[in-house]
Amino acid sequence: MQNNEINKAKPKRSWALFIPLLAFFVLCGVFASVLMSKDYSPDSLPSALIGKHLPDFALSDLLTEKSLSKKDLLGEPVLVNVWATWCPSCRVEHEFLNHLASEGVKIIGVNYKDDPSDAIEWLKDLGNPYKYVIKDQDGSLGFDLGVVGAPETYFINAQGVICYKHIGILNTQNWEGHLKSIYNSLTLEACVK
Amino acid sequence: MIKIFLLSLFFYVSCSWAVIETYAFKTPEQQAQYNRLIDELRCPKCQNQNLSGSNAPIAQDLRFQVYRLINQDKPENEIIDFLVARYGDFVRYNPPINTHTFVLWGIPAVLFFIGLLVVFRIKRGVQEKASSLTTEEATRLDEILKVTR
Repeated sequence: MQNNEINKAKPKRSWALFIPLLAFFVLCGVFASVLMSKDYSPDSLPSALIGKHLPDFALSDLLTEKSLSKKDLLGEPVLVNVWATWCPSCRVEHEFLNHLASEGVKIIGVNYKDDPSDAIEWLKDLGNPYKYVIKDQDGSLGFDLGVVGAPETYFINAQGVICYKHIGILNTQNWEGHLKSIYNSLTLEACVK
Repeated sequence: MIKIFLLSLFFYVSCSWAVIETYAFKTPEQQAQYNRLIDELRCPKCQNQNLSGSNAPIAQDLRFQVYRLINQDKPENEIIDFLVARYGDFVRYNPPINTHTFVLWGIPAVLFFIGLLVVFRIKRGVQEKASSLTTEEATRLDEILKVTR
């Protein structure tokens, strides 16, 4: 009689024993899909400034020494590219920036914590894709933008709102992948999520 | 000669190359506040390191900002807000509870309650089994116990 009860209980419970294993496989699937997704980068953080206005700044133009402020950036969608000559990835990225500029994309440079003469030399040697370059020698604008390292590219709409931040180099793959459509959406009133 | 040389090695002090800037503060309290803040704030570039433990350029910059703000006698929450506004809650090792972090803070409590539920259910199951004898069975059990006694 007692044995019967145990036997009855057994089949009822056996499927429940597989729940932890199932949960384990589901978690494996979730982690694997995140780790293997193309956009996964353990270094990139969500920017705190998305959807916010550009910070104010008063700096000068790297090439002309003309003073520049936030007002100079307003009026049309732009990419703000943070770069420096000490940054090897910036050199990799530079050719693609030249290509983007030749296609009519407006790019503004922020020369971040760099030696100005080295930076001017760099632009002479590799070409200048920038409408103008903001000289941020002490990194104050970079700090207000939440720059973590170079290169970083901010997508800014005509009202001066930061709609997107790309950490790392721009290349054909990620531009054609998702960045181009974000750039094209900058003409809209509000940022597209 | 060699003995003297070996002996002198004992007095050799290797100096660390990882120089962490030293800042002068007005009061020892501010110095303590600085040390506490750079321990609690996180380096945005080098994940899983705090500002005091990292020599990344960005960590140096942030340490300088913390020093600058403390020297301006800014209250601690203002200093933290100043950095959070630029780098997000990520820079805090003690993040606040908000829509982005409620999962982080909530999961331990949820798991605790699930654990409690499981424990209670198991306990109740044991009790039910123990009291699932009919009166007939109970008297039989008593008899058996009497016999064995």
